[in-house]
Amino acid sequence: MKHWRTPFDIEEVKVPQGEIHIIKDRCKGCSFCVEYCPKDVLEMSEEYNAKGYHPPRVKNPENCVNCGLCEMLCPEFAIWSTLKEENED
Amino acid sequence: MATLKTKSNELIHPMEHLLRMDRIPHIWCPGCGIGTAVTAFASALEKSKIDLDKVCIVSGIGCTGRVAGYVKLDSFHTTHGRAIAFATGITLGNPDLKVVVFSGDGDLISIGGNHFIHAARRNINMLVICVNNFIYAMTGGQVAPTTPLSAYATTSPFGCVEPPFNIPYIADSSGAVYVARWTALHIRRLTNSMAEALNKPGFSVIEVISPCAMYYSRINKLGDGLDMMKFYHDNSEIKHGEDTKNLDIGFQTKITVGKFVDRERPTYTESYKKWLSEIKRKK
Repeated sequence: MKHWRTPFDIEEVKVPQGEIHIIKDRCKGCSFCVEYCPKDVLEMSEEYNAKGYHPPRVKNPENCVNCGLCEMLCPEFAIWSTLKEENED
Repeated sequence: MATLKTKSNELIHPMEHLLRMDRIPHIWCPGCGIGTAVTAFASALEKSKIDLDKVCIVSGIGCTGRVAGYVKLDSFHTTHGRAIAFATGITLGNPDLKVVVFSGDGDLISIGGNHFIHAARRNINMLVICVNNFIYAMTGGQVAPTTPLSAYATTSPFGCVEPPFNIPYIADSSGAVYVARWTALHIRRLTNSMAEALNKPGFSVIEVISPCAMYYSRINKLGDGLDMMKFYHDNSEIKHGEDTKNLDIGFQTKITVGKFVDRERPTYTESYKKWLSEIKRKK
């Protein structure tokens, strides 16, 4: 991320890393999550789910900051994000 | 939010404890905004820290009328237009409950219009969430009292000639204590508004402008649900405290959203108790 000056708390503040979970068969392919993801994490996939819609797919998993907008916009309760644990790496 | 897991160690959606999962997937079309409004309501319930045993949800008939069946709270699915009448009865029977009426524009403003204005006049303690999709969607796209002038519907093949209702204006002039309008895209503001209204005693009204991807947008050639969301993104203006007279919605015009009214009035239950004690004192 670019800053016009170095923030004083750059050492302490960490950008959260989120992990996207998608229940593909619940999706109806409205693509609200893909359109409004502020970090451009998702894209529509070519595959079909059980209902015949194209569910979203995670394109840039490292960009997710766990803002939760996809979870709030999804009309089908099919997508949500969780905070990735720090101790994994 | 904590990660929830089922017995078979599968991840589950963090809102599933508020939904009747045996009824999901719901009947709403792809691109419909009602599901988003329900998500906002579920987050608002968590945010407002209200006791879920003290919440009762009432719906009428219509697309939005299905909400009562999908939310895992005490709920009523009532006859057409009578959601507010049922809710009034629940509030009078048990004044401790917070009654939420979640229904559509056709149900609340057209068929139940009389109940709406009288519940607002009496200031009965309830939150009315009116999902406005500008049309009777479930029955096949007929003209609703909120259909904008010149918009097409199955019963207005040459354009609607009736001027539409301005829901915040009716609510304000009838005496509602909290009036707000958001689109299904203003999801965080909508959630905050619902959480605020859940904790406010009195008759609160939140209008949610929702895209109808299968009828309103198809008949009027406005694209799918996402195109309507993009239209709301470009054409909604947030004006808190705007005079409710100026909130008319025309066909594809600017939509003014925000919190318009937030005032204090004694609720019906309070006035009734006070009146009763005065009468008892006189005798």
